[in-house]
Amino acid sequence: MPAQGLDDLIGLLSSRGYEVWGARERDDALGLMPIETAAELPRGRVEAAEAGRVRLVEGPRDAVFDHTLPMHGLKRLVHPAEEKLYATGPDLVARDEAVAANPVAVLGVRPCDLAALETLTQVFEGGPYSDTRYRQRRDALFLVAVNCMRPAATCFCASMHTGPRAEAGFDLSLDELLDGDRHVFLVTAGSARGREILAELPGEAACAADLDAAEAGSRACAAAQQRRMVEGVEGLLKRNLEHPHWSEVAERCLSCANCTMVCPTCFCNTLEDRSSLDGAEAERWRRWDSCFTLDFSYLHGGAVRRETASRYRQWMTHKLSHWHDQFGMSGCVGCGRCIGWCPVGIDITAEAAAIAASEQGQTRSGDET
Amino acid sequence: MAEGKLKSIADLLAAHPLFAGLDPAIADLLAGCARNVHFAAGAYLFQADDAADTFYLLRGGDVALELRMPGRGRLTVQTLHPGEVVGASWILPPYRWRFDARAIGDVRATSLDAACLRAKCDADPRIGYDVMKRFLPIVAERLQTTRLRLLDLYAPPAEVGRQL
Amino acid sequence: MTAIARSYQPPAAEADMLPRPFRVVARQQELADCVSLELAPVEGAPLGFVPGQFTMLYVHGVGEIPISISGDPSVSERLVHTIRDVGAVTGALCRLQEGARVGVRGPYGSAWPLERAFGRHLFVVAGGLGLAPLRPLVHWALANRHRLKSVALVYGTRSPDNLLFLEQLRAWAASEGLELGITVDRATADWQGRVGLVTDLLPGMLHDPAETVAMLCGPEPMMRFAAQALGSAGVPQADIHLSMERNMKCGLGWCGHCQLGPFLICRDGPVLPYAELHRLLTVWEL
Repeated sequence: MPAQGLDDLIGLLSSRGYEVWGARERDDALGLMPIETAAELPRGRVEAAEAGRVRLVEGPRDAVFDHTLPMHGLKRLVHPAEEKLYATGPDLVARDEAVAANPVAVLGVRPCDLAALETLTQVFEGGPYSDTRYRQRRDALFLVAVNCMRPAATCFCASMHTGPRAEAGFDLSLDELLDGDRHVFLVTAGSARGREILAELPGEAACAADLDAAEAGSRACAAAQQRRMVEGVEGLLKRNLEHPHWSEVAERCLSCANCTMVCPTCFCNTLEDRSSLDGAEAERWRRWDSCFTLDFSYLHGGAVRRETASRYRQWMTHKLSHWHDQFGMSGCVGCGRCIGWCPVGIDITAEAAAIAASEQGQTRSGDET
Repeated sequence: MAEGKLKSIADLLAAHPLFAGLDPAIADLLAGCARNVHFAAGAYLFQADDAADTFYLLRGGDVALELRMPGRGRLTVQTLHPGEVVGASWILPPYRWRFDARAIGDVRATSLDAACLRAKCDADPRIGYDVMKRFLPIVAERLQTTRLRLLDLYAPPAEVGRQL
Repeated sequence: MTAIARSYQPPAAEADMLPRPFRVVARQQELADCVSLELAPVEGAPLGFVPGQFTMLYVHGVGEIPISISGDPSVSERLVHTIRDVGAVTGALCRLQEGARVGVRGPYGSAWPLERAFGRHLFVVAGGLGLAPLRPLVHWALANRHRLKSVALVYGTRSPDNLLFLEQLRAWAASEGLELGITVDRATADWQGRVGLVTDLLPGMLHDPAETVAMLCGPEPMMRFAAQALGSAGVPQADIHLSMERNMKCGLGWCGHCQLGPFLICRDGPVLPYAELHRLLTVWEL
C-alpha cells in the first residue's frame, strides 16, 4: 500500500462506523486521540525519551510511525479513568448504567500496547468472573498495529518478548518501508474484519523483498534497544522482598502515581459513591486508583503500606513478579512509559538490575570466603 | 509403705508435663522434695512478698495469679490450669513471690520444696541444668504471651488511634 | 497460585457490580460496638453460601464494604452478618434498623476446606471478632459431627464484655459435643473464666495434632502465633488454614486493592493455607 493509502484506510474505517484514533502531537508530547486524516499523525517526528523526560523532536527521516509511543496505551479505551456503574434510590434497586462503547479504530498500535491489551483482558476476564463492561468496550475496538522500526531510548519490549513485531492480536498490522523516494506500507490482516478492509485498500501484493525488509527492520529495532529487563526477574524480586534497595528507590520516589497512570496494564481501581445533595439518589462510580496512594491499602485503623518503599515495591513486584501468580503472565510489557514519565527518572530496568547485581555480589563474596 | 508412697510421688512428678521424660533417677531424687497438697476454693497457694519456698505442679483445679489494688480489688494477671506450673520466682534471688496465687476452685497439686530443690540443683549441676531447661521455656512462653497481650491486638481501631 | 488455594474455589457467583436489595429482618446488638444483621432478599431466591465466604454490603449513599457471613449455612433464607463499627460504612450498617434496606453482592471468596476435616479432629481458633467468619464453620461442623473425630473451639478476646455469641457457644458446648475453651486478655472483677492468651489453651485441648485440621481467624499477629504454636505441636502446616483480611473494593479480583504478594485475597482467599502464607506474613508492609 502506498503511503497515501493511510487516508484510504481512515476513510474505510470511518465508513464502517469507527471513530479513528491515532497519536497526535500536543504540548511537545503525543496523546492518543481522534484523528480525521493521516496528516494529523506526527510524521517525521520522533520521541526523544529518557528517564524522567519525554519530548518530541525532529527525526532523521520522513516516516509516519518512527515516533514510537503516545503517552496513553489502549487502557483508557477499555478501562476508562472513571465510569458510572449504576444509580440507585433508597430502595436500592440499582439502575445499570449502559456502556457507551462506540466503535473505535486505533491506527498505529504498538506491539507492546497490543500485549498490554492481552494483559488487561486476562485481568478482567481470565479469573472466576468476567467484566462484561470490559468486553463490550474491547469488542468495539478495531486495532491497526504498527511494527516498530525505531525504538525510543526507554523501550525494552524485546527483553519482555512483546515486540517490536506484533505476531497476533491485531485486525491489521503495518510495516512502514521508507527507502529513498519509495514510501509504502506492508499491510497484514490478523482477523476477518481486517481482511475485509485489506481487500479494499489500494496497492499490490507484497513482494518477498518487502517482507524481508520488514522482518529486518524489526530485528534491527530489537537490536537497537538500549534497555533490557534482567533475566529471571520474577524470581529475583520474590527472593528480595526486603532488599535495602527498596528504601534506596524510596528516597527518590515521590509516590506521585505517574507510572501507574501511564502504564498500559495498571488496572487498579476503586469504587465510590456520589450522592445527590438531598441524599435521595446515589451513583456508584469506578475510577482508576494507584497503589502509590496511602489509602489504597487502608484496613480499618490504618494503611498497610505506609512507607514509600513498600508502595514502590508493591508496584514493581506486582508488575514483574506477583502478576505471574495472579494472572499467569507478566504485568510489564516493556513499553518504558514509566521510565520516561517518572518525574525523577526512576527506571524499572535499572532498579531490577541493581537488585540482581547485589545478589551476584553476595554470591561472589560468598564464594570467596 | 514409705517406699511405695515416695514411688507414687515420683510417678506423679514424671506424669506432669513439666517433668515429661525425666530420668527416673532424678525423679526419685526430686520426689524427696515433693508432696501432694490440696487447696480449697479461695485459698492462697502463696501470696506476694512471701518467701518463695514452695512451688506447685497443678494436677486438678485452676489457680489465678493476682495483684491487689486498692479500689479495684484483685486483678487477675493470668490463670493457670492442670498440667501447668504455679510459681517461678523460687529459681532466682531474692526468692520472693511477686503475685498472689489463689485457688479458683478446689485445687490438687504436687508441691515442691524450693529450698530442697535448689540445694539438689546446686549439688548436682546435671539436675540443675535439667530443671533449668524445663523451667526456661515456661518463663519464656509466659513472657511471649504477655507481650502479645500487652499489644492489645483485639482493641478496636478507635482506641489504638486511627491513623491513615 | 497453587493447587491447594485453587481447590478451595467455590463456583463463581454472578459477576455483577450491581447489588441486590435485601431487607434487615432482625437486628441484634452483640457488643457495645458490634451488631448482627439478619438479611432477606426483597425479592427472589435467598443467597446460598459456604462457610468462610463474604459478601459486599452496600449502604445507600455511604459505600460498600466486605463483611464475612456469620450465620448458619443451612438457613440460607436468613443471611447473617456480624459487623463492628470501625468506620463510615460499618457505622452506617450498625445503625440500620429492622426494615432498612442493604445492597448485597456475592457471596465471594474461598471457603473453609471442610472436606479436609472429615475423619479427623477439627480445631477452630478464634480471636476477637474473628469468631464471626468461623461461626458458619462451627454450625457446619456440629451438623456433621458424626464425620469428625472431635470439634474444638478455642476463643480468645480482649475482655469478658467483648465475648461474642457467648450463650450460643455455651449451649453448643453443653449439648452438641463442642469442646470449648474461652480466654480473655484482661479480666473484669466478675470474670470466673480463664485469663491468658489464646495460645495458652492449645496444650490442653489439642489431642492428636497429626490428625488435626486447624482453622483460624483473628488479628494477623494472633493467627501467626497460633499457627506457629499449632505447627510446633505437630499439626501439619498444610492443615492450618487462615482467613485473611485486606482492603477490598470489588470482591471480584478486578480492583487490585486486596493484594498480599501473589494472592488477591478476595479471589484466592480469604481462606488460605498457612503453608503458603507463612513467609508472606512476616514481610514488612507487604
